[in-house]
Amino acid sequence: MSITGGPLDTGDLIGLPGPRGPRRSRRRRVPPREAVRSALIALVSSVVVIGGLALVIANSPNWPDVQRAFFDGDIFWYSLPKVIEAFGTNIALFVIAEILILVLGLVLAVLRGLPGPVFFPLRLLSTIYVDFFRAVPGLLVIALLGFGIPGLGIEGIPTDPFPYAVLALTFVYSAYVSEVYRAGIDSVHWSQEAAARSLGLSRSQSLRYVVVPQAVRRVIPPLLNDFIGLQKDTVLVSTLGVVEIFRESSIIKAAKFNFTPYLAVALVFVVITIPLARLVDWLVSRDRARQAAHR
Amino acid sequence: MIDATPAGPGSDAALAIEGLHKSFGELEVLRGIDLEIARHEVVCLIGASGSGKSTLLRCVNLLEPVDAGRIVVEGDEITAPGVDVNRIRRRIGIVFQAFNLFPHMTVLDNVTLAPRKVLGLSRADANARATELLERIGLAGKRNDYPDRLSGGQQQRVAIVRALAMQPDVLLLDEITSALDPELVAEVLAVIRELAGNGMTMLIATHEMGFARDVASRVGFLDGGRILEIAPPAQIFAAPREARTQQFLQRVIEAGRL
Repeated sequence: MSITGGPLDTGDLIGLPGPRGPRRSRRRRVPPREAVRSALIALVSSVVVIGGLALVIANSPNWPDVQRAFFDGDIFWYSLPKVIEAFGTNIALFVIAEILILVLGLVLAVLRGLPGPVFFPLRLLSTIYVDFFRAVPGLLVIALLGFGIPGLGIEGIPTDPFPYAVLALTFVYSAYVSEVYRAGIDSVHWSQEAAARSLGLSRSQSLRYVVVPQAVRRVIPPLLNDFIGLQKDTVLVSTLGVVEIFRESSIIKAAKFNFTPYLAVALVFVVITIPLARLVDWLVSRDRARQAAHR
Repeated sequence: MIDATPAGPGSDAALAIEGLHKSFGELEVLRGIDLEIARHEVVCLIGASGSGKSTLLRCVNLLEPVDAGRIVVEGDEITAPGVDVNRIRRRIGIVFQAFNLFPHMTVLDNVTLAPRKVLGLSRADANARATELLERIGLAGKRNDYPDRLSGGQQQRVAIVRALAMQPDVLLLDEITSALDPELVAEVLAVIRELAGNGMTMLIATHEMGFARDVASRVGFLDGGRILEIAPPAQIFAAPREARTQQFLQRVIEAGRL
């Protein structure tokens, strides 16, 4: 970036890093004139692209029918409070499953990292578990557990599908989360464990007080990513007949012969998920800044 | 080596190493180390990088399994089958080249973790002991800081205190100034000098020849996985017997490090 920031500064025009370092540091020091010009260009190009898309869609032959089926204002306001209420079931599913996932995932990751031949069976079991539940589609696991176990007809086991939905989501996601934990544990340098062991801490104490706390801190962003996935996948349990947000919207859809309730559902997920996604971004960039400061 | 005289209860040896062998795959790093360190003695190990200094220290602390030979600490053979390595390690402190402080804990927690979890001290007792030790090295004011707020020299001093908080019989120092900026070396060596003055038994791997000459009771020259020569510093540095030792010291002098 030149000091003048004039129009002939090709480095700025084509977005190349200037001689003074990477782009990130450049961005903060953009002079006001440049900033206004960039904002204007962004605004104009956004209007052109979005307006163009809107024109194409609105002029398509069946747009009036689609508008009626998907964008009915009355049905939207009718269904929104109902789906929000049903979303409570998704939140309950999500929260209970998430707690179980965090615990089970960590247990699986630790089991898989146990050294020596004695622990081979545990390592093997943990590996098979993770491979299996990462391989089988979540929807299938939900169906197999949700229809299969009550189908056994064992006395005393619940017939309500909710616990099976929680179990199925826990099984699937703990497999992913254990891999995230494992990557975190592996990323803690072995010298940390050496230091802990040299002080007389046992292997499990070293894991508990030294390795795992550092590992968890490092994997919080990818863990949150998995949470976002889990949040969305809670709609899959609608196949078991659990009345959650998607099931509720389908019921309204069937009653009103209109797809607008799905739009309300989409909106609820967007409103819930976007802040979480931004939080992940913020955590990642904070981590990066912190690591850069250490070098 | 099986017939080697064991360090019995009457022996004054804090640490006795007999016929120690260690290989990494094909590479034989230690080829029969014999070394006895009396209580309150400070032994410095010098030698080129790769001569086995660090491996020897890591073997003494059982961080590396030993292939053959015996290690006896205060009369107890720690290489015997079935010994509780966690019990052994608390009696042998080690300080590493890269400090290896726990970055997610404050200075105080770094120092008190092992006393609390291994020795079972209450938090209050452990804190009192740690604060006293930190005061001795002038870092009590930093006790609530995280390690990344400290300079390298301060971090290494905290690492020394962390090892001392377990009140070890023997302290092993593995090139503890090699990762430090030159101007920070002195403050760390000053702590070690004080420890030596207070009678701490130490085995020190070092490249700081001047320090070894000042502080050591004996200096051992390691070459090719053996202690080629061990003698009081005046003799090693002024009149080394072995040609390899002379050669090594010649290079050190040429590099301006002695």
